[in-house]
Amino acid sequence: MTETLLISILAASITAGTPILFAALGELITERAGITNLGVDGMMLIGAATGFMASVTFHNPWLGVCVALVAGALMALIHAYLTITLRANQVVSGLALALFGSGLSSYLGKAYVGMRPEQTFEKLSIPFLSKIPILGPVLFKQDALVYLSYALVFLAAFYLYKTRAGLFLRALGENPSALDAVGVNVFGLRYIYVIIGGALAGLGGAYLSLAYAPCWLENMTAGRGWIAVALVIFALWDPWRALVGSYLFGGIDALGFHLQVLGVPVSIFLLNMLPYIFTILVLILVLIKRGGRLAAPQSLGIPYDREER
Amino acid sequence: MAGLPLISMRNIVKRFPGVTANDQINLDLYSGQIHALLGENGSGKTTLMSILTGLYRPTEGVISVEGKEKKFTSPRDAIDSGIGMVHQHFKLIESFTVAENIALSQASTSFLISQETVIEDINKLGEKYGMSVNPRSYVWQLSVGEKQRVEILRMLYRNSKVLILDEPTAVLTPQETRELFLNLRKMADDGCAVVFISHKLNEVLELADKITVLRGGKVAGCFDRSDTNRYGLIEMMIGREIKVAYSSKKEQTIGETVLEINNISALNDVGTLGLSGMSLKVKAGEIYGIAGVSGNGQRELAETLAGLRPTTCGNIKFYGEDITDMSPKDMIERGISYVPEDRLGMGLVPNLNACENVMLKEYDKPKYSEGWRIKENAAIKATKAIVEKFDVRLGSIFQPVKMMSGGNLQKLLLGREIASKPKLMIVLYPVRGLDIGAIESVHKLILQLKEANTAIILVSEELEEIAELADRVGVIFSGKILGEFPIGDLDIERVGSLMAGVVEDKGEPI
Amino acid sequence: MRIKIQKSLAPNLVSQILVPIFAVLASLLFCAVFFALTGRDPLEVYYAMFAGALGSEYGISETFVKMIPLALCGLGIAVAFRMHLWNIGAEGQFYMGACAATWVPLSFPDWPFALMIPAMIIMGALAGGLWGLLAGWFKTKWQVDEIISTLMMNYIGILWVDFLVYGAWRDPGGKNFPLTAAFPSAAMLPTFGSLRVHYGIFFVLIFATVFWIIFKKSKWGYETLVIGSNPVAARYAGINIKRNILLTMFISGALCGIAGMVEVSGVVGKLQPGISPGYGYTAIIVAWLARLHPIAIMGVAFLFAIIHVGGFMLQTMGMPSATATMLQGAMLFFVVGADLLTKYEIKFVGRKVGEKND
Repeated sequence: MTETLLISILAASITAGTPILFAALGELITERAGITNLGVDGMMLIGAATGFMASVTFHNPWLGVCVALVAGALMALIHAYLTITLRANQVVSGLALALFGSGLSSYLGKAYVGMRPEQTFEKLSIPFLSKIPILGPVLFKQDALVYLSYALVFLAAFYLYKTRAGLFLRALGENPSALDAVGVNVFGLRYIYVIIGGALAGLGGAYLSLAYAPCWLENMTAGRGWIAVALVIFALWDPWRALVGSYLFGGIDALGFHLQVLGVPVSIFLLNMLPYIFTILVLILVLIKRGGRLAAPQSLGIPYDREER
Repeated sequence: MAGLPLISMRNIVKRFPGVTANDQINLDLYSGQIHALLGENGSGKTTLMSILTGLYRPTEGVISVEGKEKKFTSPRDAIDSGIGMVHQHFKLIESFTVAENIALSQASTSFLISQETVIEDINKLGEKYGMSVNPRSYVWQLSVGEKQRVEILRMLYRNSKVLILDEPTAVLTPQETRELFLNLRKMADDGCAVVFISHKLNEVLELADKITVLRGGKVAGCFDRSDTNRYGLIEMMIGREIKVAYSSKKEQTIGETVLEINNISALNDVGTLGLSGMSLKVKAGEIYGIAGVSGNGQRELAETLAGLRPTTCGNIKFYGEDITDMSPKDMIERGISYVPEDRLGMGLVPNLNACENVMLKEYDKPKYSEGWRIKENAAIKATKAIVEKFDVRLGSIFQPVKMMSGGNLQKLLLGREIASKPKLMIVLYPVRGLDIGAIESVHKLILQLKEANTAIILVSEELEEIAELADRVGVIFSGKILGEFPIGDLDIERVGSLMAGVVEDKGEPI
Repeated sequence: MRIKIQKSLAPNLVSQILVPIFAVLASLLFCAVFFALTGRDPLEVYYAMFAGALGSEYGISETFVKMIPLALCGLGIAVAFRMHLWNIGAEGQFYMGACAATWVPLSFPDWPFALMIPAMIIMGALAGGLWGLLAGWFKTKWQVDEIISTLMMNYIGILWVDFLVYGAWRDPGGKNFPLTAAFPSAAMLPTFGSLRVHYGIFFVLIFATVFWIIFKKSKWGYETLVIGSNPVAARYAGINIKRNILLTMFISGALCGIAGMVEVSGVVGKLQPGISPGYGYTAIIVAWLARLHPIAIMGVAFLFAIIHVGGFMLQTMGMPSATATMLQGAMLFFVVGADLLTKYEIKFVGRKVGEKND
């Protein structure tokens, strides 16, 4: 394998993995707070659609990103209201949002299918760092949003493990009544983290439509949101592991594409199956190794119920 | 006690849909004083304290802190006013360290957490009051007594002046209880007001300076310790004369050995040894009482018998047959009945109605099913019979059982198990959370079962209950039976020591 | 006299019937807002939808055609959801069922009707069942979350059909389109006269009735009910949870597989990509809205078919057919939210003398 080919594949892995990374980070935060949000895929689609629409209409991809953040956040707000205040079944609520997001995004984006944005996110080389052999061009010759994702992973890890607020976040998912007993607003905090999770999912979708593709197609996530949800589990709710996992998936995507380009005679359909098969396999492996979901936040998925005041 | 009360609660009323939990309650707490809140389950003690800690808002009434009227809109307000509580169910995060848990309730608003200062402060506090815990250890590694210490340290860390403890000795050995009392005294002497919620008379009489008795949501009486005696207090709690112990335990010939447990070991949920070299024998018509502090392997023992937990060594023989590690279905089929402590979580299905619950373990038998079909009418008939025979009060046998009260749930559960005519029954904490009337009923049922020649293992925390009912008593500690006594030779002191793991008279713990 | 809303523990009239109705109405309102915001008259939209679906013989026939796979998948999903097994893989099981059913006429084109159809049904059920069973096996063996596994298997199943139809199964005489050869008439379910509605409707009626009885009266129905309500108690009672997970996932998948078979055999007459416009996902909403009740599922499936067909008709107005998905998704999350209302009941309380104001 020549060096250029290797770099190409690795760099593509990162690009392909970035939308999943955003979504996984968001879901990780939400689940650490104790709420399962299965609507990630729907929020990504909404982010992708609205982001694209805004970018094309106002000729400004960064505006598109902002709109996508807000759109994802709004959808997550619905989920938060249903699951935190109304204490509804989190699985079904998330599913409903995934479906609704899929339909709504198709509805909104209908007129924009086939359009090409004038401006997208160009690859920016970081001076000096991008000269490092192999890793340089792979890691440091990416677009601005990829660099943003690096920063977010670092921020998330720092926040989670080194700050007081991060301690609270971890406690939220483990034992919310412990926090409640000290007078911390459990409901409010959960709302915030669910909304942040949705915003990040929207960002992941926006990356797809504004940088990766860039264009808008119905259901263009192809289930990436669901892969992100699985990823959070085998990343054991840790941001750095989520990073590695996302790029692994990006790698499979990239590999498939490159094999095709190289004319390797494997049916494209079988190649496309790889990420999904891989997800199941990795999940099994991690569960075997860990002997069950020992690392999940204890109160994940259980609505917090306190007697009325 | 001279001076202003630290906390004053006046005319507190709290109503919930359908029940008035607190009715015109007055309570004064003075610094330096240990005040006991005595009452049965359902008397309103926990509700009152929930109001004081800001968890509930009173329907009526006023709380004053150091003379000034205060309204608590959230637990934070109460904490800021210096009120702290150690709940019956600890509010700790198992996967965090002690330091992290205590840091959680810190008043500071610092952005970054500084572990080191917290750890230092915890060590200092621990030394001051003689309650040391390693701040770096993870909570899941600690014993129950140590976890309680963490909770107390947490309150002290926040400079709480009012310390409320809800049934703190329920999970402690006699030794640990003594230590706790010493520490509480120290804290009171240091200027705190200590509130001690309990239903255990002996402890209240030993520890408290002042006693308030609650009954049915009202204050039944408020005394200094010197003014009271034991029987007066009981009467006040119950509102009627104490009944004499059941005369129903007749002389009965004990039959053959039904169950033989030989040296079994089993892991508990955390992965350590829950049972370690456990052995015992039970005969037909005999009640074998197991005394011990909850958490010493009782549940694990019951679960191995019920087929819900695998053993790692040893064997279990039932009428001579080796039944070690058989499935729950096999155990049920052989007539082994398990009445768990978690009634609504395991023994019954909350969303299903009484009929559906009654056939829970036997739905497969010809009694309730025919081929692929369930015989609904048979279930209804059986349920009606149980409801009548065991005096179960419920709205309708077609309503979800979660609507039933604790006492009636237990009667339904026991009724179902007894109606299945088991050969062996292991029952855990049968009267936990029940009022006196229900306790009597349940005890009568157990004695009736004994008369029907069933072998019974009765696990309880109340030595009195075991003394009333058992023929033989075994003390469980750390997963094994440390000592056995026939009921006639029961020595409470000895039992108490064994419960704490002290075997030799020298007082050396194991 | 005051009206008091208090917590109620028993299922009552409000929860069973009023709440789903409320959810439907609320979601119609909700989406109306979206329509209005994007410059369309909601009333026009809804009229077009309902008139399109029910206003003509063709429309009604189409509605039934769409209702059949929705109802069958909905039943399959209900079987699993009853046990709190979140089978999201109805779509993939549908595809695998359709695929396996197609194999029969492709391999044995000369078989008579009486042999062909039963064989197709069996193959469809087996394929869907095994596809579901696989996810169930992952769960019992390694505790793999069935939501993720069934979802992933959806994509795999759909791609598998693509693979076959673009490759080995492509009709040589089909001008290079990705579809199989048309089924011989022996492989087609009969229709009602010249309408497209086919005998699949009988499948729906039969299975709905059968499962209604099974849920209410059978041992297995009882077991699954207990497991879904309280798995701890189920284990305590000696119910074999593992066996039931496997059995339930198989039956659930089999029903969806049969739905796939019914679709290729009754409507399409060949295998091609996209034979399901998301039936498997929509059926989740149908099942939940119908509270997993087999008879109600038929009704709700019919309603959703109306929305689906109506939504299709909306394309003439320049709106994407995805409008229907939007509406259906909204209905689901209104039901989910409205579930809270089932926890309360309304009581009339008389005012007592001297009682203080709250």
